[in-house]
Amino acid sequence: MSDRLTVRKTYKLYVNGAFPRSESGRTYEVTDARGHFLANAAWASRKDARDAVVAARGAFAKWSAATAYNRGQVLYRVAEVMEGRAAQFAEEVAAGEGLSSSKARAEVDAAIDRWVWYAGWTDKLAAVLGSTNPVAGPYFGFSMPEPTGVVAVLAPQRSSLLGLVSVLAPVLAGGNTAVVVSSKGRPLPAITLGEVLATSDVPGGVVNLLTGDAAEIGPWLAEHADVDAVDLAGTAGPLAMELERSAAGTVKRVLRAPAEEPDWSGDPGLSRLRPFLETKSVWHPIGL
Amino acid sequence: MTYVLDPDALAGGEAPVGGPAGTPPDPFADVTRSDAAFRAFLHGLPGVDAVGAQQRTAVLGTRSIKTTAKAWAIDTAISMVDLTTLEGSDTPGKVRSLAAKARRPDPEDPACPAVAAVCVYGDLAGVAKEALAGTGIKVAAVATAFPSGRASRAVKLADVRDAVANGADEIDMVIDRGAFLAGRYLDVYEEIVAVKEACGPAHLKVILETGELVTLDNARRASWLAMLAGGDFIKTSTGKISPAATLPVCLVMLEAVRDFRAATGRQVGVKPAGGIKTTKDAVKHLVLINETVGEDWLSPDWFRLGASSLLNDLLLQRQKLRTGHYSGPDHVSVD
Repeated sequence: MSDRLTVRKTYKLYVNGAFPRSESGRTYEVTDARGHFLANAAWASRKDARDAVVAARGAFAKWSAATAYNRGQVLYRVAEVMEGRAAQFAEEVAAGEGLSSSKARAEVDAAIDRWVWYAGWTDKLAAVLGSTNPVAGPYFGFSMPEPTGVVAVLAPQRSSLLGLVSVLAPVLAGGNTAVVVSSKGRPLPAITLGEVLATSDVPGGVVNLLTGDAAEIGPWLAEHADVDAVDLAGTAGPLAMELERSAAGTVKRVLRAPAEEPDWSGDPGLSRLRPFLETKSVWHPIGL
Repeated sequence: MTYVLDPDALAGGEAPVGGPAGTPPDPFADVTRSDAAFRAFLHGLPGVDAVGAQQRTAVLGTRSIKTTAKAWAIDTAISMVDLTTLEGSDTPGKVRSLAAKARRPDPEDPACPAVAAVCVYGDLAGVAKEALAGTGIKVAAVATAFPSGRASRAVKLADVRDAVANGADEIDMVIDRGAFLAGRYLDVYEEIVAVKEACGPAHLKVILETGELVTLDNARRASWLAMLAGGDFIKTSTGKISPAATLPVCLVMLEAVRDFRAATGRQVGVKPAGGIKTTKDAVKHLVLINETVGEDWLSPDWFRLGASSLLNDLLLQRQKLRTGHYSGPDHVSVD
């Protein structure tokens, strides 16, 4: 009917609030579950990871100092924008994961709900994970959670949206900034999430999304002296072991890879919030 | 009232010995015989192809310097740094900590070279001198009413003498941009000659402040003027004005020192300063030297990089090469 030319897409990375091409100039073909061409995605290199870490470090001071209330508002706004893009997400999830459209839509709804759920956690973390401690002396003793810093997230390979949201949102809710390496085979929902983040209120650099191979970029992030923690959710087997070992060289927090990729629909509890929070304790003299 | 051009206007200021103005080296001995002659000479210098300069530097900036060449470039760049602090809030303590960093830029690695000099305001030159005693690191002091240069000549000369008396090995003077832009080239020339005389044994770096001279033609004229007046180095900028050191300006200045040596036999150094923040910038400058004036200038005696934050980036890159993984700002000192 229409003789319109197809608009073939070549997506880019999302680093420091902008959409650069990979420094290497590489792209790779993304296919749907049956092997049909969907789009080209940027194939990030170690130098893109390096730039992303610089961006995340630069954004950390402001994001970690934002009030918990403000952070919650900003994250909730991300969920709002996701809701507006739900149809696009559903289409990408359906194509990438080979789901029916109703199942894909349910997956998207779950992802948005997950994001809202973590947005609600920002101002409750201090109450739940902090404490006033009994001390033997005329002092108050407080403990409170603080963000760990720059977190490198190797996102799940199979669950391209719900899994991604489930590992990214808790990192942000705690006040960390993130460098995310998306699923290699199913990167489109991550790319769209980057577009969502760019058009919401999340400051540039707080989330940096790289599409590419976790096995290639992961070692550079795990060894990087300016990365404070790594989440190995998207890795398995010998690669996960190797990354754990190299992360030890700079004493990073490591959230270990699960034996196999979990079903992300379950209640995550605090299991992904707590690993990226440090406890600071303060002694304060009791006044009169 | 002090007359703006009278070097002896301040009570007790020692009169410079010698004539009213030095004589430029042959074959240019007669170009400063009059204001008109000097203007004719400077305006007779070949015009700068501004687009060509930009294109040339852009092409040279794409050179890929890797592995052993990169390691060499980083070490060379570190040894060329004039580690600088020029803030109103400078304290003796800050200068001493900067001096410590100048001696051992990377405390974890004894093989890391020391920087070329520490650059401070004249009143803190003594502190720097003491902190750097026994090392080969020079003390550079800015003088002549830095950064604006808006003071009478007597005050400027007193400023220079004071910095030299405090132990400065090198003086970074600013030219009178107002006079230069008004076309009073001979005034600017005579001032540099007078400052050079006041420097005594200290090396003189002449800051052209190319950001205020606007055109590359002016940068070429100012370079020649400063070299004819006896400057040992020509320096792009104070670092207080933007744009500061750009690659095209640096190219024009390098061509000027090359042509000047070819004509007179005297070699003059070049110091870009301000705005050079990354290792990549520094390496681009090294490439530019090599391709424009050659290896003779690839030494801290003839080329310096005026910078403060650049050194940390050089150290991070150096650590990356040494350890094989990326380093972070927690692994260099905060200054």
